[in-house]
Amino acid sequence: MSGSYFLRRLLLAVPTLFGVAVIVFVLLRVVPGDPIAMMIPPGAGADDIENLRRVYGLDQPMLVQFTRWLSDVARGDFGVSINLRQDVGRLVLSRLPASLELAVVATALAVLSGGLLAIAGVYWRGRWPEAVVDGLTGLTLAIPDFLWGLVFILVLGVLLPVLPISGRLDPRQAIAFSSQFYLAESLLRGEFRVLGMLFTHLVLPAAALALPLMAVIARMLKTSLSEAMTQDYVLVARVKGFTRGRIILREALRNAMIPTVTLTGVQFTFLVGGTVLVERIFSYPGIGNMAIGAVISRDLPLIQGLILTFAALFIAINLLVDLTTVMLNPRVRHG
Amino acid sequence: MRAVLDIDDLHLRIGRMPVLRGVDLTVEAGQVHGLVGESGAGKTMVGRAVLGILPSAARITDGHVTFAGIDLINLPAASRRGLLGRRMSMIPQDPMTALNPVYRIGRQLTDVLRHSLGLGRQAARQRALELLEQVRIAEPGRVLRQYPHELSGGMRQRVLIASAFACGPEFIIADEPTTALDVTVQREILRLIRKLQQDKGTAILFVTHDLGVVAKICDRVSVIHSGRIVESGTASQLFAVPQHPYTKALFAATPRYDRPGNRLVPVPRQLTLRLLEDAAAYDQRRRMLRHA
Repeated sequence: MSGSYFLRRLLLAVPTLFGVAVIVFVLLRVVPGDPIAMMIPPGAGADDIENLRRVYGLDQPMLVQFTRWLSDVARGDFGVSINLRQDVGRLVLSRLPASLELAVVATALAVLSGGLLAIAGVYWRGRWPEAVVDGLTGLTLAIPDFLWGLVFILVLGVLLPVLPISGRLDPRQAIAFSSQFYLAESLLRGEFRVLGMLFTHLVLPAAALALPLMAVIARMLKTSLSEAMTQDYVLVARVKGFTRGRIILREALRNAMIPTVTLTGVQFTFLVGGTVLVERIFSYPGIGNMAIGAVISRDLPLIQGLILTFAALFIAINLLVDLTTVMLNPRVRHG
Repeated sequence: MRAVLDIDDLHLRIGRMPVLRGVDLTVEAGQVHGLVGESGAGKTMVGRAVLGILPSAARITDGHVTFAGIDLINLPAASRRGLLGRRMSMIPQDPMTALNPVYRIGRQLTDVLRHSLGLGRQAARQRALELLEQVRIAEPGRVLRQYPHELSGGMRQRVLIASAFACGPEFIIADEPTTALDVTVQREILRLIRKLQQDKGTAILFVTHDLGVVAKICDRVSVIHSGRIVESGTASQLFAVPQHPYTKALFAATPRYDRPGNRLVPVPRQLTLRLLEDAAAYDQRRRMLRHA
């Protein structure tokens, strides 16, 4: 494992992103739906439409449009949103931190609860807690994240109104932040009242996103933990007089984590995809919510910018997962 | 002679299948006791029953296992863990899979020292270095920092032997410790086990299918077939005048490097069938007795 490997992976991201850019650009112009048609008032004349098309460069051949856009992107200019009339780069950056915080909290919840479930299931193998774990993972695996979101809103927001169900903060509270990373910022500043408020807003969408991922982690880790518990080194550890708990946590877990981390990395990209609907349901101001708005108004530059952001995020996650696997596995580290 | 381990009429089933049918075996202090038998004879299960690491489907249905005066069958799990590592340990069969691939050798040697003897980090490291020297590993300091995949099979088995002898146990179960190694390494490992055993006065139950290995290392031998000891005696006695027809057949079936012209003689089919019929008849008698 060396820096050159890392560098190679980073370089490989460039053609991947280029491919994504081509596909998105072409698809958006092939599928029906016209951004100009979405913005003109009823009764506008044909030349008004022509005018608008010229303003946004939509009258040019697709290849010309694409090269123009790509050279702008290469210089860090993602164009101007047709619908919101603002710089796409700035728009995305203003919303990205909210989504990242949501995704990180959801992942943390999923990893913690999934890990605990798997360990409990293996520790009490063949007894009732294992059945509870299996039932729970089956249930959470079967229900998608957005449905959990609706269930949470109904139960914890409406029937038993204990938690807020929309937004990132209480709109009646005016709190000044110097960045968009509200959670990280209030944590660093030690403002725990604000932190608590942020968290009550975050916990339901995060839990909705976390549950399916938790199920995947729990099931995968439980399988590989059970596998690891049949290995000879576990037998040797038993003969050393170690307790079952110690053997699971200190002998089997690290081995079992290797396949689980790989799979979790793949599943994590589904979580990021899931933010789109879940952010919408909870009116959470992230890039997922913004993406739905952009698609509805056929806001081509904004959609393109958002999709490139999602793609970059996926690549970064995959790189992180691979690095983690390498760190866990000495055989790969030395190979 | 004082008995370290006494197995008396041990019966064991895996699921509904009888695997051990009344095993009697006594291992005396400071001796190497060979347990010889073909695949499926139940020899590994004897070792695992003693250590209390049976597969989950296995049940001990009858009999006694006594270790240094302690009844192992009815021993609470916590007390058993107190014995394991400290007073009893194991040399496993396959050194390639018996070390945890994600941890350094140092950790895998010191953990049992710290756990069983309560040594501190430094003292355990020091002791681990001595142990590696005792199993004749060159550069023990470097090996402590290595991962299992960086060592050869023979080296790994040396590490596992060091780990088995680490806390100075009175009794070790060696389950085919040389089967996975090639022949030249086998001889060195056997010599090493014998030397450590004699220096420390450890008793060993040496499970193997290889009579050549038995001749090299064992003081006493028990021959096991279909879950029963068919013959037991000192190694020299057994090799000189084997009594049971199965033991004789086993000797005849052993390939001899010193007589390369000889043809291999398998254990006669008639004999195997007769032994299996005996076992089946035995099972039936026990069933009838239980229902009577």
